[in-house]
Amino acid sequence: MSNIWTITKRELGGYFNSPVAYVFLVIFLLMTGLFTFLIGQFIESEQANLRSFFTWHPWLYLFLVPAVGMRLWSEERRLGTMELLLTMPISLWHCIIGKFLASWIFLTLALILTFPVWITVNYLGDPDNSVVLASYIGSFFLAGAYLSVTSMTSAFTRNQVISFILSVVICLFLILCGFPPVTDVVETVAPRWIVEFTAAFSVMPNVEQFNNGQIDSRSVIYFLSVIGFPLFATSVIIRGLRA
Amino acid sequence: MIKVENLSKTFGPKVAVDNVSFTVERGEILGFLGPNGAGKSTTMRMITGYIPPTAGVVRIGDHDVTENPIDAKRLIGYLPESAPLYTDMTVEGFLGFCAEVRGINGVEKGKAIDRAIEMCFLKQVRHQSVDTLSKGYRHRTCFAQSIIHDPDILVMDEPTDGLDPNQKNEMRSLIRRMGQTKAIIFSTHILEEVESACTRAIIIDQGKVVANGTPSELKSKSDLANSYVVSVSETDSSTVRDQLGTLIQAAKVTLVDDKAPNITARVFPKNEVTDGELGQAIFDLASKNSWKVSEIKKEEGRLDDVFSNITFSETETN
Repeated sequence: MSNIWTITKRELGGYFNSPVAYVFLVIFLLMTGLFTFLIGQFIESEQANLRSFFTWHPWLYLFLVPAVGMRLWSEERRLGTMELLLTMPISLWHCIIGKFLASWIFLTLALILTFPVWITVNYLGDPDNSVVLASYIGSFFLAGAYLSVTSMTSAFTRNQVISFILSVVICLFLILCGFPPVTDVVETVAPRWIVEFTAAFSVMPNVEQFNNGQIDSRSVIYFLSVIGFPLFATSVIIRGLRA
Repeated sequence: MIKVENLSKTFGPKVAVDNVSFTVERGEILGFLGPNGAGKSTTMRMITGYIPPTAGVVRIGDHDVTENPIDAKRLIGYLPESAPLYTDMTVEGFLGFCAEVRGINGVEKGKAIDRAIEMCFLKQVRHQSVDTLSKGYRHRTCFAQSIIHDPDILVMDEPTDGLDPNQKNEMRSLIRRMGQTKAIIFSTHILEEVESACTRAIIIDQGKVVANGTPSELKSKSDLANSYVVSVSETDSSTVRDQLGTLIQAAKVTLVDDKAPNITARVFPKNEVTDGELGQAIFDLASKNSWKVSEIKKEEGRLDDVFSNITFSETETN
């Protein structure tokens, strides 16, 4: 465990030692504000909930999470430090989890910094805070799922840009395969069972569960699997690189 | 301490390392020689557990690197070829991280960092970001990382690459000093380094070990080994050559420099001639002919000669 924490600390330090972290946090907060108040019309809707805030998260994270995670392994490969790291007395899994946790903690921090929105809605009305909490938990899991995908794509390549693009494409698939405007169109050309099968991989219905205030064990298991599988794939890719 | 048995590695159809075996004990400094692409780095990466071998076993102390990698890696300090570093950290931060990963914490961590910084002359740049370091300092920082836990075994891939002559000398003397208590393997293509720092050398070519011995054993394999160089002045070059050729101990005489006034000839001994016999004969011949001899020198052999002979002929036959 202490090994994982050592890796996590180093990675977190890596974010905050450069301007990247601060630039990211500012952009993240600006974007959430923009989407919530201007496009989501939080004020105009006159509803005491944060739906217009959380609804945009799958789309916002689509770009922001890969931006945070794209360097995880590709940077190690580019600098050659992977050779250093993996010849230390530490298991590959500890490295993968340590790095993943660092980025997840960073994203969670960004999410926590959106608390003024929560204060605002409580000041203006009387929202169901359990729903807000569930939505925050959903958003936390969603960030983890995208991040895990990014960890995998960053192990693929030493080029961060390629890692970013691959990750965006895969995460976009995770949204669109269960996004009604898309599935409705696809259903007209493909058999219904295929559409339903692929839709089962989508983050959208699961995010929706949390946004409705329900912490469903199936959704939790879904997110844990979407986090677990790409991390496992990361280990397979890295082992493959060394073989 | 290090036992490599029948180690092989193939990348697709390419055989990078082919059935390599050797051992290194405590107190030994093994020089790993070979042309580029000979399989030196691949062998070192297998020893340090970075890449798994296709066949064969590496034992570090009592541990098999493949079966028990974590315990084996604990005993090793490794300096990879390009001396990679995390560029977003300071020198001290980086060394602290490496110490923590190796399980050194608290007061011990501080001591380990101080010791490594002192040994590698990094005091000046202690708080500097790795990003801003010159190549020599980067190299030394990476070296400091490899000795942070005072390991029993040191594996270094071209430790003097990219250093200036003074730094090279420093590094060599550091290696020699540490070699008294540790088992060390380092690779290089600088042959003088082998002579000055190694207790034993292995020449590897196309993945195979083609020579293994002490530097002087290897040198004696040189064609020039045991030949004598004679410099004579005020004598005709053909006379010198012919006279030396009449010696019964001499197999062959070649002229190294036939420009007057100094004639330099090289005399090769016959196989059965014992050590020193040829030198005595040359000396007698010179005094008999009243030659003005400015130098008689026995050649011990040259490592670069052995190296190019072995690796070149291997290339030819393959």
